[in-house]
Amino acid sequence: MTKQLIFEISRPGRCAATLPEVDVPLAKLPADMVREDLPLPEVSEPDLVRHYTHLSQMNYGVDIGFYPLGSCTMKYNPRINEEMARLPEFTHLHPYQPEETVQGALSLMYYLQEFLKEIGGFAALSLQPAAGAHGELTGVLMMRAYHLDRGDSQRDVILVPDSAHGTNPATTTMSGLRVVEIPSDERGNVSMAALKTACNKHGERLVGMMLTNPNTLGLFEERVEEIAALVHEHGGLMYGDGANMNALLGIARPGELGFDVLHYNLHKTFSTPHGGGGPGSGPVAASEQLADFLPTPIVALKFDESDEEEISFTFVEPSKSIGRVKAFYGHFSVMVRAYTYIRMLGSDGLQRAAEHAVLNANYLKEQLKEIYPLPYDRICMHEFVLAGPPDDIQDDGIHTMDVAKRLMDFGFHPPTVYFPLIVHEALMIEPTETESVEVLDKFFEALLSIAEEARANPDWLHQAPHDTPVRRLDEVQAARDLILRWTPDKENR
Amino acid sequence: MPYVPHSNRDREAMLAAIGLQSIAELFEDVPEQARFPNLDLPSALSEMEVRKELGILSSLNLTTTDYPSFLGAGASHHFVPAVVDALISRGEFYTAYTPYQPEISQGTLQAIFEYQTMICALTGMEISNASHYDGATATAEAVITAINAKRMKRRKIILSPFVHPEYRAVVRTYTQGMELTIVGDNDAGSDTEPESLDEMIDEETACVMLQYPDFLGRFEDLSYMAEAAHAAGALMVVVADPIALGMLKPPGEFGADIVVGEGQGLGAGLNFGGPYLGFFAAKKKYARKIAGRIVGQTVDTEGERGFVLTLSTREQHIRRERATSNICSNQGLVALAAAIYMAALGKCGMRQTAELCYHRAHYAARKIDELKGFTVLWDMPFFKEFTVRCPRPIQEINNYLLEKYGIIGGYDLGGAYTSLKDHMLLCVTEMNPRKEIDTLVEALREATS
Repeated sequence: MTKQLIFEISRPGRCAATLPEVDVPLAKLPADMVREDLPLPEVSEPDLVRHYTHLSQMNYGVDIGFYPLGSCTMKYNPRINEEMARLPEFTHLHPYQPEETVQGALSLMYYLQEFLKEIGGFAALSLQPAAGAHGELTGVLMMRAYHLDRGDSQRDVILVPDSAHGTNPATTTMSGLRVVEIPSDERGNVSMAALKTACNKHGERLVGMMLTNPNTLGLFEERVEEIAALVHEHGGLMYGDGANMNALLGIARPGELGFDVLHYNLHKTFSTPHGGGGPGSGPVAASEQLADFLPTPIVALKFDESDEEEISFTFVEPSKSIGRVKAFYGHFSVMVRAYTYIRMLGSDGLQRAAEHAVLNANYLKEQLKEIYPLPYDRICMHEFVLAGPPDDIQDDGIHTMDVAKRLMDFGFHPPTVYFPLIVHEALMIEPTETESVEVLDKFFEALLSIAEEARANPDWLHQAPHDTPVRRLDEVQAARDLILRWTPDKENR
Repeated sequence: MPYVPHSNRDREAMLAAIGLQSIAELFEDVPEQARFPNLDLPSALSEMEVRKELGILSSLNLTTTDYPSFLGAGASHHFVPAVVDALISRGEFYTAYTPYQPEISQGTLQAIFEYQTMICALTGMEISNASHYDGATATAEAVITAINAKRMKRRKIILSPFVHPEYRAVVRTYTQGMELTIVGDNDAGSDTEPESLDEMIDEETACVMLQYPDFLGRFEDLSYMAEAAHAAGALMVVVADPIALGMLKPPGEFGADIVVGEGQGLGAGLNFGGPYLGFFAAKKKYARKIAGRIVGQTVDTEGERGFVLTLSTREQHIRRERATSNICSNQGLVALAAAIYMAALGKCGMRQTAELCYHRAHYAARKIDELKGFTVLWDMPFFKEFTVRCPRPIQEINNYLLEKYGIIGGYDLGGAYTSLKDHMLLCVTEMNPRKEIDTLVEALREATS
């Protein structure tokens, strides 16, 4: 398999694109502003196609196999979604076209807003945020703006559980606010005692709390309503990190559990592909009291003045909007995929998805806990977290990373590793609903074999993976001797 | 049930293995009164019904393929070779997550390394990250990088009024909690020229930000601004159009410290505003200050070349509240599309595309300038967009173009710039052959006669 870079197969004079001849009189080029050199590759179309096809063969995706990457909801990405997103009447639309020429697109956005409001139990929604973290920034800025609007300008504290995604504290800082971390208790819930202390201490300064539910241990916060009541009592608001919404579709609506604002991840819960890093989409839903602070614009119904039957769709700006969070309206083609998914499943299908995601996680957890340590032994939601390899082999120097790397040789993508931070040697496993029991059984058997291998031949694990396009890579060297682009004068091999 | 493989038998066996009787028992931690809500959603459709519904919905739109378009202003109609969609549609690429496990993600990682290299080549910079959500958020992150590079001690940002109005809005949204002073564009309606911005630079200034070509399509040598910024210890940030960089001197040659922009033209298509591609390039000395994923080269245990995500100690999953940004997901697949696009067009094709845009835009501008009542603003050189003063309100002209000629007209500048009422921003690209331009000219003549 070739590992050459595109620059290394480049030969002067080749080009993989054809363009029309200039069909107008030539204008004078501004000589002093024209660049001298453009060091881009020169390749033929067949070489280009082979190059990127070879690269794709060095990748692992959901289409290849089981991808139990905790917190990422790597469910199957339906092909019909892709076909609908590529309809030319959706792709060839300029964002500034007159509204009357894009009524189909606006209608789809309007109904997707309605669906997502209904699923989460919220009053209003913006589709503009581009990803989960972007939705968090949006939501926290809305909470901040809400307090400022009420003249509560001293509020600057956000409570974040110690099990939270790193994006939660990072978002808080970006919003100009302070993080106060709340520890978890022995059942994996937010510690109520610590929460009470923090609320009493920071009450007047409380902007709110960011909570993921189910949390990153895969556990439902058993006292979520009490938590929300306590935060509200101190004038704070509840932010819902919707990364784990796949467990709640048709099971519970965050808006009814006490959350005031929540972001969805369309690329997790609603089956839109993650694209090897993005694009995602992170719509933000809000309760009545926060609705006016949503980013602009959102899609609304417009009634014809002369004919009340005549309905069309239009962009509007919420009255106290925090502003725009990106140019234009959001990731439209991702919205088309999520809309298609919701239409294919309906309310029953969404509930079945959540139920089977939770069933799969519990089935796998019950078997694995016999071999791998399970720090919180409860019914889990859509994912669960193990505390690394069995104790006796951990003592022999086998770490979670070794298990993860060896899983690749068995044809699986490893789980999320070393997160959440509160579990030592964490292995965070999210099977999703689209996997069959046979796949789960094979994965269990692989982890069983790996534990046995670790006892018989620990070096084999330390050296894993053995059967991948490259062997274990030196991340320390990458960060120390920075090579962030190809240069012709350097020996890149 | 679509996409769920479980048979009744599977379910029963799995529940028995867990030691439960029913699926409902899995949810007893959920407060009872909130459990199993009835969701009021339309009933499920079969695949053929969904295809029909979306076919009808999409048919309500008028497309830029059927209706020649002269809209730009941050998104423009550019050629996308067939190889781009064919290759990014490979499941191995698009059904992968962020490449956290490099040994089975070399495809994504190498492609992004190549993308970073090509973005550096285009902008004349030394490093690039793996992407931001779009040009606007890359611009906002550049402001934050500049603030951090100056250790939060400088809080003044100078924004040219001719940076995209929506980008400036996003900068303000992003930084509303940061106590910054943003100047330069306060009176966006005036005829403030970039020249006067250099006089605003002082010891409090973290960065000065300009667009190249600017929102009105104009370009100039920005060396004087870089010199003024550097003399005061500030950074110069440039928001650039990558299609223009196929032909124009890169901002790196002027001394830019950070170059960001909208990569939509590099194979992303129009898609009603997204997903697009925020690119972000900088001088190497800012490598540990910038946001986002970065791919670096390394070796495996056998000494073979390979690629990994690197410098992750800047990022939210490691650094948490001290991270350079909260960004996690980016535009991976769109960056891959851009890499394939840049490799497909290559050295020659990128230049040819830029020149097609340039010559056709100038042809259109000359023809329109000859029309009675229309005046093209020629004050500075322009690339593919130019400003036309029109004898009638823009909306009226655009309505006429659409109804009588099936043409999607230009962007009404009056909304963003009060002094540019009745001014239209027209964008002409390699997708607008001479025949379309001639029809536009004819239609404009008619619209005002």
